[in-house]
Amino acid sequence: MASFSEYVFPETIEEAYALNQKRSSVIVAGNMWLRMCGLRKKTAIDLSRLGLDGITEEGDAFTLGAMATLRDLETHPALAREYGGAFGEALSPIVGTQFRRTATVGGSVYSRFGFSDVSALLLALDARVLLHARGETPLRDYQREPWDRDVVLGVRIPKGRRAAARSVRLCSTDLPLLVCAASLGPDGLRLALGARPGRAMIVAEGLPADADEAAFAAIARDVPLGGNRRASEDYRRRVAPVLMARAAAAVRGEERA
Amino acid sequence: MSNRVVGQGVRKKDAMALVSGQGVYTEDIAPGGCLCVKLLRSPHAHAVVRSIDVSRAKEAPGVACVLTWEDAPKTRFTQAGQTYPEFSPYDRLILDRHLRCVGDPVAIVAAETERQALAAIDRIRVEYDVLPAVLDAREALDNETLIHPEADWRALVPECGADNRRNLVAHGCDQDGDVEAELACCDVVIDREYETHANQQCMMETFRAFCMPDAYGRLTVVSSTQIPFHVRRIVATALEISKSRVRVVKPRIGGGFGAKQTAVCEVYPALVTMKTGRAAMLVFTREEAMTVSSPRHAMRMRVRLGATRDGTIRAIDMHTLSNTGAYGEHGPTTVGLSGHKSIPLYTHSLRAFRFSWDVVYTNTMSAGAYRGYGATQGIFAVESAVNELAHALGMDPAALREANAVREGEVMPAYYGETAGSCALSRCIARAKEMIGWAEKYPRRTLPNGHVRAVGIALSMQGSGISGVDTASAAIRLADEGTYNLSIGATDMGTGCDTILAQIAAEALECPLSAISVHGVDTDVSPYDTGSYASSTTYVTGMAVVRACEALRAQIVRAGAKLLGCAQEDASFDGEAVACEASGRRVSLCSIAEAQMTAGMDAIAAVASGGSPTSPPPFMAGCAEIDLDPLTGQVKVVDFAGAVDCGTVVNPNLARVQTEGGILQGIGMALCEMPVMDERGRTMSNSLLQYRIPTRQDAPRIRVAFEPSYEKSGPYGAKSIGECVINTPCAAIADAVYNACGVRVRDLPITPEKVLLGAKGEP
Amino acid sequence: MTVELTLNGRPVRAQVEADDSLYTLLRALGVRSVKCGCETSSCGLCTVHLDGQPVLSCSVPAPRCAGRAVTTLEGLQSEARLLGECLADEGAEQCGFCASGLIMNALALARENPSATDEEIDAYLAGNLCRCSGYVGQRRAIRRYLSRIASGEGRA
Repeated sequence: MASFSEYVFPETIEEAYALNQKRSSVIVAGNMWLRMCGLRKKTAIDLSRLGLDGITEEGDAFTLGAMATLRDLETHPALAREYGGAFGEALSPIVGTQFRRTATVGGSVYSRFGFSDVSALLLALDARVLLHARGETPLRDYQREPWDRDVVLGVRIPKGRRAAARSVRLCSTDLPLLVCAASLGPDGLRLALGARPGRAMIVAEGLPADADEAAFAAIARDVPLGGNRRASEDYRRRVAPVLMARAAAAVRGEERA
Repeated sequence: MSNRVVGQGVRKKDAMALVSGQGVYTEDIAPGGCLCVKLLRSPHAHAVVRSIDVSRAKEAPGVACVLTWEDAPKTRFTQAGQTYPEFSPYDRLILDRHLRCVGDPVAIVAAETERQALAAIDRIRVEYDVLPAVLDAREALDNETLIHPEADWRALVPECGADNRRNLVAHGCDQDGDVEAELACCDVVIDREYETHANQQCMMETFRAFCMPDAYGRLTVVSSTQIPFHVRRIVATALEISKSRVRVVKPRIGGGFGAKQTAVCEVYPALVTMKTGRAAMLVFTREEAMTVSSPRHAMRMRVRLGATRDGTIRAIDMHTLSNTGAYGEHGPTTVGLSGHKSIPLYTHSLRAFRFSWDVVYTNTMSAGAYRGYGATQGIFAVESAVNELAHALGMDPAALREANAVREGEVMPAYYGETAGSCALSRCIARAKEMIGWAEKYPRRTLPNGHVRAVGIALSMQGSGISGVDTASAAIRLADEGTYNLSIGATDMGTGCDTILAQIAAEALECPLSAISVHGVDTDVSPYDTGSYASSTTYVTGMAVVRACEALRAQIVRAGAKLLGCAQEDASFDGEAVACEASGRRVSLCSIAEAQMTAGMDAIAAVASGGSPTSPPPFMAGCAEIDLDPLTGQVKVVDFAGAVDCGTVVNPNLARVQTEGGILQGIGMALCEMPVMDERGRTMSNSLLQYRIPTRQDAPRIRVAFEPSYEKSGPYGAKSIGECVINTPCAAIADAVYNACGVRVRDLPITPEKVLLGAKGEP
Repeated sequence: MTVELTLNGRPVRAQVEADDSLYTLLRALGVRSVKCGCETSSCGLCTVHLDGQPVLSCSVPAPRCAGRAVTTLEGLQSEARLLGECLADEGAEQCGFCASGLIMNALALARENPSATDEEIDAYLAGNLCRCSGYVGQRRAIRRYLSRIASGEGRA
């Protein structure tokens, strides 16, 4: 259990940011995984009253507020239209509808869990993280950084790409043994792998739309993969090109889930 | 003769209370001001407490008591819920200085609130002398590290072959015929090893109990348990008090599946109540329920199976190595079922068998009872070996079974020499094959998307109660308006036995089901019952109910005759009234009930017992159809057909749900339930996030058919059903996977990794 | 800290700790239908409606519920009756410990997608674990419930 002795609703983002500079503070987003980590803090900072829960479409991008829930993403008609149902498909294996109704984008992005289906999909879309102090930062960089004290305000994803994700799981709603997300745009095909089991990362970019199995096999040979209690490195390496090919086929519109 | 109430799929008597969310479970009915009990648990797999400082914990706010090994009674006991003679060794203390697995309790804290109890736990300082740990069952026997070196360790049934100086809880052999000679004559001998692990029951309600003193200075234990009468004995033994000073009450239970056939949690709040005189409650966290509980015994089984070229199975030789963990709960008994409920399936042509076993202590979580109770493990092994034999012979595995499966009337030497008095197994095989479409689907077909669909089959049997051991009593009395109060000691754990036993009573008394009220279990009030386990309730307690109702009918007739002024022999009872044949006069049951409440009439009440020298097996055939993704190794069960012979089906709805639930638990064991322990002996599959049970998206189409036989010794021909139905999926799915891709998995679960990276073909 | 919220239509004022969950608060308020089956947001037993939407009460911080409407099975007895009967008719409630959470989520499903297919039922309710039933009886019960409300039954 996480414990804290004080629960604060900041009225402005500045206030939230200032509170979060103390080591004794922690931001509460969806409170899904946070409660399991045994953290002991003095102050919980609740972002739910800062209007960060919107999903907005502006110009050539969508902005997903940090407090938008996974269920919001999954059921958002414009997102579904733009990305070919990728959010619904990629997020629906996560635990259950009730869970996804309170789990947030910001919580997923900030935590950078290796098993995150969310991170893999957002990486494939080359999302940018909107941070209060630092401003806009590529997710691909943010993914590699240690946890810091900046406040995630949201995520921006470019339009004009089709996306899809494919995963292997021990059973439905389980954490993935490996997940591959793909997106296809004018600059070609981008692939991200999650549950490597380390943090998700982009493993290929600018691939031709019709990249073939040999190309995926070559990528999979060099991707940093590891083993954990759920699956061995060997298994992940065998399955990686399969998921890449399937995700790629899906964004090309050749294969349904 | 057709039955009126038996055979009807009526609602459970408690159904509407449960679906409307009424507070009927243990935690819901705990008294206000109950102390919260928490345990400090060992971080080491094997250690001795060198020193423990609880002074700061005792001073913490809200703390009522902090107890260590120095405060606990020194009499060893077992938490296994078994009737006399108790097979499980007396090897536990409530708190022991010697810690034998990660999670073994080091101290008990009770405080006004959960927060305060947890805060106090943090203030306890312990120094441990860490000892070498035995984590692998194969290294346990005669290891120089002894898990129970204590002088007061005690095996109550020496015939088990237990020897604490060898880390041995049981050892034995049972045989018939000359197995080596028969194997030598066989054209084909399959010799393989199979392995199953410490699966968790994962009932939704974890272990919990509260205790309180009563007005007579006795201890009341309210517990989510399957074994109230054994809990009374266990708590009294552990606390060194007379059994007469303990009363155990069982409210509604949120599932058990055998987990609650072990008194996992009761002794801790009981000790707190004894020490403080206050009500105290312990609710296991899910993590505790996954790491220090009573899972299935992990078993390693070597099967040698011999047959002639034409597919006649001649001999089975089986050895089981069972891991009982740090304590011996159910260790000596579960192992027996691995052979005694698998080998007899092939009685028909079998000339010889040998079944030998060793059960060992290790420094891992103590195992217990899980639905199937050893049969699940053994059937996975033997049924897998039979499938491997079929492939070695080039035979259809279903046809091989049709030729060799036990038939009605055959004496089963591997089942204590009992006769299969009721057995529709052949019909079950035919029905399951037909349901799944075996003829068209065996062995495999490839779908346009590259996935492979394949089928597999397995058989199962279990018992109906423990022969010569289980006993149950039922008490029934006539009440106002001609209704009845039925008291039973069997524990409904959601399975619906209160309703099923009421159906049996309504049948016997020719009354509507609504006229029977059933009382849950209270050891002060209910008649003795060994408890709800070993598939005993419908069969054993059901017989007690029939007998009690017969006795009651005689009393009703006697009372009616007296009121009518006629001879007892001339009177008869039709459920509504007693009639005098000579005069044609009738006296209604209602009038008889009123009369017994006036002076001069005897109370109309009867008690009777059930118990059986035999344990008639229910049988089942299960067929799985899987979808395998050959590029990822992912396996999904898409269809499962189960045909069950449980004798007369008392309540088809409840029997169907039992079967569907059992099948899905079996599917979980086959595919995704993966107990994981690290190199230090810590259970890492410590939550429902890390130990995955199937969700409804993993539940295939499950179809159930009943092929009833008639068991003459059972109530209205009934046998058991609860456990038999969990046993077929593991071997059926393993063979379907083999049929799909040529990979044979002998170590459960069948993960995508084992399928994808597994070696193809026979070894 | 003090939290004011609406519980089953009635205003409630309660003292909570900063790290209390909605589940803890509800049990403290005497709500008995809400159960806890895990500590990892995995089981769905604690499902209640927050502003009409099913959530896991074990994962919602109690302070976050200030000013909001919480509904438990106690507050939906008449709406839940027919679904409860459908479950009972199948024997699919079994031990019943998961029933409250399942019913709360299934009622939300029925409001959102009354013509749900079996696949949609399974997907919507995947976060509600049950160990007794094997789910297929629940599936039959929910299918029957949806068809009965489609024919106009069970409306208050």
